[in-house]
Amino acid sequence: MERKNAYVCRCEEVTQEEIIAAIRAGDTTLDAVKRRTRAGMGFCQGRTCRRLVAQLISAYSDVPFDTALEGSVRMPVGPLSLGLIADTAGGTEE
Amino acid sequence: MKTYDVIVVGAGPAGLGAAIESGKAGASVLLADENDQPGGQLFKQIHKFFGSHDHYAGTRGFQIGQQLLEEAARAHVEIRLSTRVWGIFEDGTVSACTEDESFRCRGTWLILATGATENSLVFPGNTLPGVITAGAAQTMVNLRHVRPGSRAVVVGSGNVGLIVSYQLLQAGMDVAAILEAAPQVTGYAVHAGKVRRAGVPVLCSHTVLEARGERELEEVVVAQVDGQFRLIPGTEEVIQADTLCISVGLTPRWELAALCGCKMDFCGPLGGRLPLHSETLETTCPHVLVAGDLSGIEEASTALDEGRLAGVHAAAALGLLSTAESAEREREIQSRIAALRQGAFGRKRQTSKEQIWSRYHQHQGGGL
Ligand SMILES: Cc1cc2nc3c(=O)[nH]c(=O)nc-3n(C[C@H](O)[C@H](O)[C@H](O)COP(=O)(O)OP(=O)(O)OC[C@H]3O[C@@H](n4cnc5c(N)ncnc54)[C@H](O)[C@@H]3O)c2cc1C
Repeated sequence: MERKNAYVCRCEEVTQEEIIAAIRAGDTTLDAVKRRTRAGMGFCQGRTCRRLVAQLISAYSDVPFDTALEGSVRMPVGPLSLGLIADTAGGTEE
Repeated sequence: MKTYDVIVVGAGPAGLGAAIESGKAGASVLLADENDQPGGQLFKQIHKFFGSHDHYAGTRGFQIGQQLLEEAARAHVEIRLSTRVWGIFEDGTVSACTEDESFRCRGTWLILATGATENSLVFPGNTLPGVITAGAAQTMVNLRHVRPGSRAVVVGSGNVGLIVSYQLLQAGMDVAAILEAAPQVTGYAVHAGKVRRAGVPVLCSHTVLEARGERELEEVVVAQVDGQFRLIPGTEEVIQADTLCISVGLTPRWELAALCGCKMDFCGPLGGRLPLHSETLETTCPHVLVAGDLSGIEEASTALDEGRLAGVHAAAALGLLSTAESAEREREIQSRIAALRQGAFGRKRQTSKEQIWSRYHQHQGGGL
């Protein structure tokens, strides 16, 4: 049986090797890893992989785990179609 | 724009408790949840809770949920399901969407009770069909009445892992083993005893190395680890299974709290990153309260009472309860929560909570 990949970010299909390579190349924050690899930019917006990436950052750099967890959060929290965002911006008010 | 006295995000036990208490006092309350059913994790719990009568001992989780829904209806809470809160703007407006509409509304008080996310693990094959989280297994077995497979390996011997193992057995599956990386079981002895008596081996100092299969899970490679969680070479073993159930802890869902601008804190024993908060669930943002797993991973009963406390706090601040009434109500709830934070496991949570409260007061410049 062929050995399967170990995925860290399943939404964007980013493997553990790719994350470690990014950290070794100097990306030691969630945002930096995200910009290089797209980990955390998918459907779940990092809900699943944020903690895993932070664990890898703390294992492969001198940044402690709690510091590594501090990433930026942006709206929308969760997937949302652009059409719906436009609705709200236009002010569909209740 | 529609305005409410209180907007509660998340209709798990914490959110229901908050909505009920503020609604009962006369506040107009919107309770939004992205799920199509209210109750959060409660409706997945088919087992009886233990503890005291005040904590619904002997009642099954989903029945507690049913009682809470009835209470919420009597308190005139507006419950909106399949409604995800996706943003909170600087002016305090809350944006939420359903499948086909997005709307904005405003609340004088915002109570966040967004619960937690299940932690995952990285190993080769971790996306093979058959590899699922404990929560997913519970949803399948207890809510949808489908078996995820026929033979499972469970990773993690905390309460969730132990309870889910037992529920998989009840659903007619085999549980080949429970793996625990620590040298001893991490959940309650009663739960561990139950699965052991049912013949399930709990393999301590063991972890999962790899999930294998052509198109779906066929076997799990496990191995022993030492006291530093380092792999002991040569201890690999293969276990046949079509289901691998991951139950390695929960992380608070703090995204909305962070968007509000709440100061964040870190507490390992309570699940990691979470919003800094006080004994009465205030955050560093005025008019934003938190409750339940979001303010530290505990249990359904604590989540419910934290929610009630937040609801009372908001109702009192809105002038809907007299000082004496709210003080009396708070005392009652606080004493129940204190009782829940006793015993070996409870004490640890109590100490962690106290550290957070004290950091909250330091941050607010008050000292305790
Ligand atoms: C698999 C599993 C089994 C458990 N078993 C037990 C048990 O047997 N006994 C026990 O005491 N405890 C158990 N727990 C723990 C217990 O369920 C939790 O402590 C408790 O449910 C926490 O309540 P809560 O209201 O804070 O969160 P939850 O019950 O998780 O509810 C949070 C709700 O918020 C909603 N939500 C989140 N974000 C948004 C958003 N942006 N917009 C709209 N809605 C949102 C979610 O859909 C969810 O319904 C278990 C937990 C898990 C994960």
